[in-house]
Amino acid sequence: MMMEFSTWDILRNLLLAARWTILLSLVSFIGGALVGLLILFLRIGKGRTGRVLAAGYVELFQGTPLLMQLFLAFFGLGLFGIDVPAWLAAATALILWTAAFLAEIWRGCVEAIRRGQWEAAASLGMGYIQQMRWVILPQALRIAVPPTVGFSMQVVKGTALTSIIGFVELSKAGSMVTNATFQPFTVYGLVALIYFALCWPLSKSSQMLERKLNAPHSHH
Amino acid sequence: MPLIAITDVKKRFGDNEVLKGINIDVDPGEVIAIIGKSGSGKSTLLRCINGLESIDDGSILVAGAHLAPDEASLKALRLKVGMIFQQFNLFPHLSVGRNVMLSQMVVKKTPKAEAEAMARRMLDRVGLAHKFDAYPEQLSGGQQQRVAIARALAMQPIALLCDEITSSLDPELVAEVLAVVRELAADGMTLLMVTHEMQFARDVCNRVVFMHEGRVHESGPPEELFGAPRTPELRQFVGRH
Ligand SMILES: Nc1ncnc2c1ncn2[C@@H]1O[C@H](COP(=O)(O)OP(=O)(O)OP(=O)(O)O)[C@@H](O)[C@H]1O
Ligand SMILES: [Mg+2]
Repeated sequence: MMMEFSTWDILRNLLLAARWTILLSLVSFIGGALVGLLILFLRIGKGRTGRVLAAGYVELFQGTPLLMQLFLAFFGLGLFGIDVPAWLAAATALILWTAAFLAEIWRGCVEAIRRGQWEAAASLGMGYIQQMRWVILPQALRIAVPPTVGFSMQVVKGTALTSIIGFVELSKAGSMVTNATFQPFTVYGLVALIYFALCWPLSKSSQMLERKLNAPHSHH
Repeated sequence: MPLIAITDVKKRFGDNEVLKGINIDVDPGEVIAIIGKSGSGKSTLLRCINGLESIDDGSILVAGAHLAPDEASLKALRLKVGMIFQQFNLFPHLSVGRNVMLSQMVVKKTPKAEAEAMARRMLDRVGLAHKFDAYPEQLSGGQQQRVAIARALAMQPIALLCDEITSSLDPELVAEVLAVVRELAADGMTLLMVTHEMQFARDVCNRVVFMHEGRVHESGPPEELFGAPRTPELRQFVGRH
């Protein structure tokens, strides 16, 4: 029996699945930010081992496709007899991937703060952590906001890849609905529009924040 | 007993020996100008005294305490010796008042009200009490440098190190900063300053140290050094300034 789907039916199904895209994006971004912060402090910290490990981590995750990381999380753990549900593999891979990129973005922001700021703080008697906390991070944070918000768009789009390991989010729902409706152009057009609706506000707010933070006397 | 005793200090960057055994004793209240060609090691010497660079050999004593590279003794040292930089290095995200309050509150744990009172006094001392709520970027270079001096003074150091603190200022702004330094000297502050302001060195300093290739080449009262330089290097240097 062949069912008839209205455009509204298609859209409703896609929007329901988009909730998972949003949830996975949020989890990946927040988890990635926390892990990324840890990587950042190892990367710019005083311990040599920490610096090397963090740099290796970043290179590994930036130097391999996200798709391979998803496969490894999904099938790799399976090799050890651990049955990994798709959502767990997807979230794990995306968190680790996001962490690598955010750590690298933030490192650039910390290193953009002139050496004289560290030295002035040091010469006033502040220790490393105090210099970081009161002088460096507040300045780095201001310049980190626009690229961080900008990167969150990459996370949203990155979640699309998790459809390949069977996690049912927006893209996967798109191909399932296509199989049922045989209207690929309509379906994927709508899928693309939903992604755009998610990303566009992020892109706009990134631009806005950038203008705002660059404006003179924006401290108040 | 000297306030700062610098003995046989050596410093290398890789193969480049920048300080080749420096000996200087600074008495309390003394105002010393350090002069010399670019690359002679003047900045490096000041940075070593403040612990921003570690020394390879020799010793630096400040008020009888050894300069050691661990964080606790570095902090103790820096509470005694303040430093003013060529580039001011004010904290751009904080108002002028907060710039002067921050280290008091964070390092000395001074209560906020007390830190603020001290900040207002020190800003007044450099003639900038009315700029308490301004941000560094709203100030001229000369004003920024005066805030940097107030910020260092708020920690109540017993000595101040100044590394070419007027070199990045427009010529018309140099005088206001030097006037502040002159007053500090008159108040008995111990000052160790790298400077290219020869007239200022003549007028204000008790002693001039001429550095050449990582060594103290000549030192003495300004009238002696400028009036009758003994070495050809100093003669040439004085001739060019
Ligand atoms: N962090 C560093 N790493 C390597 N070499 C350095 C470093 N800092 C200074 N040097 C070298 O040490 C030498 C002395 O530098 P220093 O800055 O002390 O000279 P200076 O007398 O202050 O010169 P100027 O009048 O130009 O400020 C120079 O040859 C410089 O290249
Ligand atoms: Mg110098």
